[in-house]
This record gives sequence, structure tokens and C-alpha cells, in this order.
Amino acid sequence: MEVGTFKSKILDADGIRRAITRIAHEIVEKNKGTNKLVLVGIRRRGVPLAERIQQYIEEFEGVKVPLGILDITLYRDDLSTIDIHPVVHETDIPVSIEGKTVVLIDDVLYTGRTARAALDATMDLGRPERIQLAVLVDRGHRELPIRADYVGKNLPTSRREIVAVRLQEVDAEEDVLLLERDDDMK
Amino acid sequence: MKWQRKDILGLEDMSVEDIRHILHTAKVMKEILMRPIKKLPTLKGKSVVNVFYEASTRTRTSFEMAAKVLGADTTSIAIAQSSVSKGESLYDTAKTIQAMRADLVILRHPSSGSAKFLADILDPNVINAGDGQHEHPTQALLDIFTMEEKLGPLDGKNVVIVGDVLHSRVARSNAWGLQKLGVNVTLVGPPTLLPIEMEGLGVKMTHDLNGALPGADVVMALRLQLERQKSGLFPSLREYSQLYGLTTDRLKKTGKESIVLHPGPMNRGVEISDDVADGVQALIEKQVTNGVAIRMALIYLLIGGSSNVVA
Repeated sequence: MEVGTFKSKILDADGIRRAITRIAHEIVEKNKGTNKLVLVGIRRRGVPLAERIQQYIEEFEGVKVPLGILDITLYRDDLSTIDIHPVVHETDIPVSIEGKTVVLIDDVLYTGRTARAALDATMDLGRPERIQLAVLVDRGHRELPIRADYVGKNLPTSRREIVAVRLQEVDAEEDVLLLERDDDMK
Repeated sequence: MKWQRKDILGLEDMSVEDIRHILHTAKVMKEILMRPIKKLPTLKGKSVVNVFYEASTRTRTSFEMAAKVLGADTTSIAIAQSSVSKGESLYDTAKTIQAMRADLVILRHPSSGSAKFLADILDPNVINAGDGQHEHPTQALLDIFTMEEKLGPLDGKNVVIVGDVLHSRVARSNAWGLQKLGVNVTLVGPPTLLPIEMEGLGVKMTHDLNGALPGADVVMALRLQLERQKSGLFPSLREYSQLYGLTTDRLKKTGKESIVLHPGPMNRGVEISDDVADGVQALIEKQVTNGVAIRMALIYLLIGGSSNVVA
């Protein structure tokens, strides 16, 4: 996780739970049920978020929606400019996405470059009927024409700030923090 | 995990961490390779040049396919039709390829140490696709990947490698790599084809295949280079086959469902019988598939980022 100086807590555990529960309801409402749904978590923190959405939908709809994991490393547009390339992990989508409604799930929407890579990676796996995007936090500063269909929290930020999403499954903490980037960092 | 290698020259100097990192990356690559549409944009605009001074079907094709799946452009130089036939040196050929802005050079050459020679003079990354009798690291890595895929963690497993060990870069690379992963390696072959100096690797060596088989989890047959018979290193193919050929009956001596590997091309009826080569224990075609995945992993790790050269 990136380091910076603490500024404020945006969401606590309850806040995260409410936001994800609402997103789960919105996904079902907008798609008029769970019929063609496939949830796909973008590594890394999109994966536990997708699992939770799957669980909430099961609780109120009684249906277990298929769940996949997407690793976008090989689709990044900055691979040739970063020094140490990140470790590649497996993409694992256990069902065909042909003709389905794929909901991509990530923790933070920022420049839109991750979402762009995820769109390309998804479409290399098949031709879904539509692709939607769900994020826990939308912090603005888009560099590409991309928007989210489901947003947990809209958060206006400056580029000097860092939005740190911490989830129990990954970080053993559960909150969303706003940090100020330390000065020695670019 | 910080990947810092510019070149892949052999497994002798490779750390266990690097080997594990390559195997992990190859697992991801295999999933991509098995997709109906196997094409990535990852290495768009990168160029990979195959320079093969020896005949090869699977290694060269495997490298080409691996690079293409990752989106790179590939060129292969057929040495017989190249300026090498006019007497151009490896040095000048390599410098020419570099001047054409190649990002990665894959070299197979009959001289041991040629890949290192190239790596030292070239800015592009270099992968050794077999240098003389020295090493063939990508073959050993795909062998290890295939073993681990079938057997799980290899620590404590027993691997028997049988055949022309003397001339085999496959055996050398496997011996280095497998032992780093905690595998007990036994090399088997006739005295003329089993060099005593390989004891320095820490492996067990024996001339008795039947005695080496009990307990073996993996039996790897090496290709018998038929031209060796002329040089008097073994009396006849028939005798070699009787003492060192893998047959169904002989394979039973392992006492378990051992897996059988062969780097190819096979001399059926010499080092391996038809029924073993085509039997359920043989993973020879899997080796070929895994070979593409391993090479994808290596190509990605070498030229996937911007810093090809370690500072």
C-alpha cells in the first residue's frame, strides 16, 4: 500500500458494508434480476469486494451469481515505463461470458486506466452482451472516457491525495482512508 | 519479488526464487495459452529474433509462438541461408541483429558458452536455447513445470534421467534445476556416455537402469544421438536399447505410477518403446504445451518492463 500522512477516515467498516450492500441491490435492480450476471473482481481488492457482493445478492435473491477473478497486469499500458514489472497472477473466470452481463468490480476508480485494461482483458475472453463497472470509491481525475455504473462513495480529491481502501481479507483492517502524499514522493 | 535478470543462460547460476517466479508466471501464461483467442497486447512493438545454428523444430517454433501470443513480432534466421554461410562470425551476426533494434535474441549454437558470449556483447536480452553440451535452461524449466503440475511440490521426489548424459545439455540443466528444488537426481547411462565429472553436480550416477528405477517418481529418457554409434561410444542400438531403453515392463520396476518425460525428438524403439511413448504415463505432449508457457513467462519477464539492463 502507498504511504502518506493520514488526513481523514472516509468510510469505516459499517460504511463499507452499507455501500456494498447498496451496490449489490442496484446491480440486481438495474439488470432486472440475476439472470445473465457474472461478477468479476479486478485483482487485488476488487476480488473480496466481488465476493461480498455475491454473498449479499445470495442473501436477498437466493441466487449464487457466478464469480470470476481478473488480473490485468498483462494489459497495463504502463508496462514499458515502469521499472520493476509487477507479478502476474492468474485470471480465473469459471463460466463463459458470451452473451452475459459482466460486472467488473474494483476498489477505486481514478484515472480509468485500470478499467480500460480490464475492458480489454474481459473482451479477450469472449463477447459479453454488456459490461458494467462497480467501484467502492470514485475519486475523479479521469484520463479516459470511462465512468462507473455503481459507485459506493463519490469522493472529490486532489492528485496529491491517496485513497487507501483497506479490506479485512487483504489488509486485516476495514476502512477507507484519505492520505496526503509524502513530499519526497512525486 | 524483484526480477533482475537481463538474460537466461542456464540454471546453474539461477536462484531458487527466480526459478519459482518463472514457474509461477508460466502457470498464468498457460491459462492464456489455453484460451480460444490466445493473443495479448503486452509486448506490442517488441521484436524477438531467433538465431538457430542447429536444427530445431519444437524449441524454435515454441519460442516463436510464445512471443506471438504475447504480442511481440518474431523473426527467425535460417542459418543455412544466411551470411553465416559466407563466413560471418557469431559476433558480427549478433551485432547486425542488434543494429536492427531487436529487443530479445534467442540463440541456439553448437558451442558451449556461446549464449554467455552473446549476452556479454549485446544490449538486447538473450535467452539460451541450447549451447553445445552446456545448458538448455528452457527445456529444464518446462520439464520441472510438467513434473510439478503432475506431482505437486518436488522436494524429496526421485528423478531418473537415462541416456546419453555426456552430450546432453538437457540433463545438465535439469540436474542443476531439480537439485535446487530438493529433488534426488540419478543419472543413468553406459560408462562411455556418463562422464565421471558430473559427480561434481551432487547427483547419483549408475550404469544399471534396472537398479535405479525402484522408487522413481519421474523417468526421463534422453534422445540417443544416433551419430554417436559411429564414434564407437556404444556397440549397437540393439544392445543400447536392451540395457537402457524404456519399455512397459521395465517401467513397472519403479513400483509406482511414475511419469515419463522425453525432450524430443524421440527415437522410438531405441531409448523409448512405442507403448511407453504413447502410454498414459508419458507426458511428452504436455511438455510441448508447457514449453510454450515457460517461454512466454521468460520472454515476458525479460522484455515486459522497460529496464532490460540491470543498473
